[in-house]
Amino acid sequence: MKAARYLACVVVLIVCGLSLAANWLAPAGYAKQFREVPDSPPSRAHLLGTDELGRDRFARTLYGTRISLLLAPAAALVSTALAALIGGIAGYLGGMWLKMARAFTDLFLSLPWLFLLITVRALLPLNVSPLVSVLITFLVLGLLGWAASARVLSTSADALRSSDFVLQARASGLDGPRLFLVHVLPNLKPILYAQFWISIPVFILSEANLGVLGLGVAEPLPSWGSLLRELEGLISFREEPWRLVPLLLLIVVMTSFQLLLSNEEVTA
Amino acid sequence: MLVRKIVGHLASIAALVLLGGLLSATLVRLAPGFDTDERELDPSLSAESLRAIRAERASQHNILRFYATYLRGAAHGDLGTSQALGQPVGNLLRERWPVTLRIAGVGLLLGWLLASTLAFTACLWQRPPGEVLGTALSGAFLCIPAAVLALASVIFNSPGYLAIALIVFPKIYRYSRNLLAKAYAMPHITAARARGLGELRILARHALPVAGPQMIALAGVTISIALGAAIPVESLCGLPGIGQLAWQAALSRDLPLLVNLTVLVTLVTLLANSGADVMNYVLRPPEA
Amino acid sequence: MTGHPLSFRKRGRLSFRAKRGISFILALSCLLTLAAVAQNSSQLRFCLRTEPKTFDPLLVDDESSLAIRYLTGGVLTRVDRHTQELTPELAESWKVTPDGKQINFKLRHDVHFSDGTAFSADDVAFTMKRLMDPTLHSPVGDEFRAAGNAVITKVIAPDQVSITFPGPIVGIDRIFDELVIVSAHSLKKEAAVLGPFMVAEYKAGSSVLLERNPNYWKKDSQGRRLPYLDSIHLDIQSNRDVEMLRFKRGELDLINVIDTDYFDRLASSSPQLVHDAGPSLDSDFLWFNQVAAASIPEYKRAWFRSANFRRAVSEALNREDIARIVYNGHAQPAVGPVSPANRFWFNSTLKPEPHNPQASLDRLKADGFHMQNGTLVDKSGNPVEFSIVTNAGSKPRERMGVLIQEDLGKIGMKVNLVTLDFPSLIERISQKFNYEAALLGFHNVSLDPTDQMNIWMSSAENHAWNPQQKSPETAWEAEIDKLMRAQAETSDAKKRKQSFDRVQEIVYEQAPFIYLVNLNALSAVSTSVAGANPGILFPQTFWNAERLTLTGTATAKR
Repeated sequence: MKAARYLACVVVLIVCGLSLAANWLAPAGYAKQFREVPDSPPSRAHLLGTDELGRDRFARTLYGTRISLLLAPAAALVSTALAALIGGIAGYLGGMWLKMARAFTDLFLSLPWLFLLITVRALLPLNVSPLVSVLITFLVLGLLGWAASARVLSTSADALRSSDFVLQARASGLDGPRLFLVHVLPNLKPILYAQFWISIPVFILSEANLGVLGLGVAEPLPSWGSLLRELEGLISFREEPWRLVPLLLLIVVMTSFQLLLSNEEVTA
Repeated sequence: MLVRKIVGHLASIAALVLLGGLLSATLVRLAPGFDTDERELDPSLSAESLRAIRAERASQHNILRFYATYLRGAAHGDLGTSQALGQPVGNLLRERWPVTLRIAGVGLLLGWLLASTLAFTACLWQRPPGEVLGTALSGAFLCIPAAVLALASVIFNSPGYLAIALIVFPKIYRYSRNLLAKAYAMPHITAARARGLGELRILARHALPVAGPQMIALAGVTISIALGAAIPVESLCGLPGIGQLAWQAALSRDLPLLVNLTVLVTLVTLLANSGADVMNYVLRPPEA
Repeated sequence: MTGHPLSFRKRGRLSFRAKRGISFILALSCLLTLAAVAQNSSQLRFCLRTEPKTFDPLLVDDESSLAIRYLTGGVLTRVDRHTQELTPELAESWKVTPDGKQINFKLRHDVHFSDGTAFSADDVAFTMKRLMDPTLHSPVGDEFRAAGNAVITKVIAPDQVSITFPGPIVGIDRIFDELVIVSAHSLKKEAAVLGPFMVAEYKAGSSVLLERNPNYWKKDSQGRRLPYLDSIHLDIQSNRDVEMLRFKRGELDLINVIDTDYFDRLASSSPQLVHDAGPSLDSDFLWFNQVAAASIPEYKRAWFRSANFRRAVSEALNREDIARIVYNGHAQPAVGPVSPANRFWFNSTLKPEPHNPQASLDRLKADGFHMQNGTLVDKSGNPVEFSIVTNAGSKPRERMGVLIQEDLGKIGMKVNLVTLDFPSLIERISQKFNYEAALLGFHNVSLDPTDQMNIWMSSAENHAWNPQQKSPETAWEAEIDKLMRAQAETSDAKKRKQSFDRVQEIVYEQAPFIYLVNLNALSAVSTSVAGANPGILFPQTFWNAERLTLTGTATAKR
């Protein structure tokens, strides 16, 4: 386990380092179109080949890492916090509050939020800068992504409310927010961590899908999501295996992160 | 007591389902593009015909009136007519519901099977490879876009439910593994181990009772996750189910269809989650 | 709700209940067609990309319904998709009066609908009556109404019918290519057809099964009754990757319009399967919002309304690169509204705008634009930045947008590319006008300029850059209006061509639409299909479906 953690740590550091050094490693930038060599296989000039417009895939991967690796966890944090607030507090308060929170959560899980996203796009000006658009996209994803885990959290918190040690703590005079923070919240950690780790890749992928609605990262800015969208039309992976690199990178980084923190997830 | 709880649940379910329908109708109505039709771009249509096309949606402009009409129809068993497909919504749902029920149901079962096997292995084995294997496998499938999984299922000729299983399994794994690990970290399990109890016994007697309620709640939630996964899978695999229908309806802003679909999804979600609550209530330790 | 109840009634009659057994298999796997096909050797299979919206031939307006109408409907005259000439079908012969207002058809004898009822002039009269019913809002009917509503159909004899229009209709004989004759007497109404195939089964969201019409009137030179095929199985499948995959596996016999990526991939492995029929009538183009009331800043409207600005943008674009990179060379730089593929109407004196950033900058300078630290600014100092909206989900268009973004970046213009879902896009470009520039394409199905009246007339709804003008806002639009009216009012082909040639010149000079490329008609047809001769006109691969056969080797392969 230790070796695995060590390896994971190295991977994360390398990826972060590479993405920060993108300006030096890929001086041509992510938007430059080498129009003479579109869709080319890896070569010395283009380590991962070029995309269908002749842009260097290596550069796009590095720059895309910056955006996705920064914003997806931030959005995951928002959704996890919301889940903790709504699911955790309602479960902890119990009674009417719990019922209402559960009803709200269930409703939230069933509504067609796609239309809200379409509306959000309509409210933004067309000339919004790519960065603002991607920030808003991740924020919206964070605001919409909490419901499933809140439902599980409410059950956990509900059970905790009547557990021995919370009753003891209450008997010893601890009450209100402090009791929640000190005794209840730490016990919700397994679910909160799960929510957090699941949200990151889910948000990275969703961001790309929202490109369809004119949200997300706008061209020519790259993100992991938009790089992964390239895979959707790929019938034969064997012919052009280098196209899978962004996917492998995402998997490796996510797995490394989870291994790094797998211990902290459960120990309070 | 139990009966009263169930009746209470059912009443709130009915109210929420109605509210869900109204809210979804409002969301659709307010989204841009509601008042449009692809035919607007057809140069062969005269101005008069275009006006007629626009007038078609006039009955839906006032969302409250639309919803009242819809409810009145629904009370008599008429769920309205889909605009895009020109068929009674009732027929469409009846034809397509079994398809989704099957692939989402089987997919969900498979997903749970896979996830819980991995989670139990990771906990029972108590060795790093189990943990690393579970993390890597779930991580990998979490990162692959649903569309790619669906396409792969077409490429390899595998059934649609397999794609759904692979989409939901990593999420189930992450939650259940964390819940189990948390249970295992509790002092009384360490004590039980010290007493020399068998691993399976510890799992059944000590770990599961702790993690159980949350896992049951998780089971309820995964039903809506599986329904969500059905959308890309059905659309890409050409499976005529509810998911495919929902996607078509969304693209054409088919209000009558969308409202019915939301009502249906709300109903399923509520039943699943309330079912989980009731189950937890029944299974609760007697002293609590 | 005028259109829908009709199409719904129609569909209610046609659709068969999904058989439980089959839907069970369907739920289990994506292999539906394989199972269904195994028993039937002479079944042609291909995909429709969208759900057919109607089976009523008079209400057809989408491509899938159009395909079904083409395969099932009988028409009086048919534009041969290969020669582009008009050929007799249900009408043995016809005569147009010199004033261009009346057409007299002599009908074929011994023709029966698929249900056995005899075809006669009554059916033509009934079809015309239904078509002209103002409450039907038939898109086909709109073309017949071009000269007014008062169309009179007279049955002269059981095999003779005359149709009189209130004014001259250009290409009066050609518009009947679109008019499918429906039965006046059959109890099955629209389900009784005169075409080679008839709809046998429709499973919403899944497939349409067409079966051979046993009563189809046409025979081949050996006296064998057409069509040769027993049935056609149409899968409703919007995903092109899946379509390609199934074609490669032999589960589909043809892809009517194939994406360039897949075309090239197939071409390299099995060149006998792919067909590039050359430039089609389809074009992609860019336009700027010139609507006076649109909610865009005044200085931007001034740019967009300046012909110099539009021409400069046009000159800055590298059409060769678009054709080469986006369409892998299967497209040609476009000239204007008429594709070179439209042999008669294309104005061959015009050449595609050459890529010339310097000329573009010079032109902009004439309007007071100048460069400032690499950014183009207008005479009041506003930096040139605008957004281009296009529809999401079309890879070629997204890629084209990025190339345009880069090309215009080189002359200092900042372009933001926004992809929108189709309903949102339509709302912006045709109702709210809250956009700056749009990138779209037209699927042209008709050769005649009269069908473009609703685009070029300044009062029209589809006059996309500035629709529904009360009176033409510019002199050149007024001139186009005049020319379009002139070409519609005479049936003298030479005069019409003169007028429309001038329209093409004005459009070239003023660039209200900046035409980018004409796509080639690319298709893939399995070697098991004999008799296929893919062309550029819809339906490219199956326009001669009645004469297609499936060879034995392919049956064995299955």
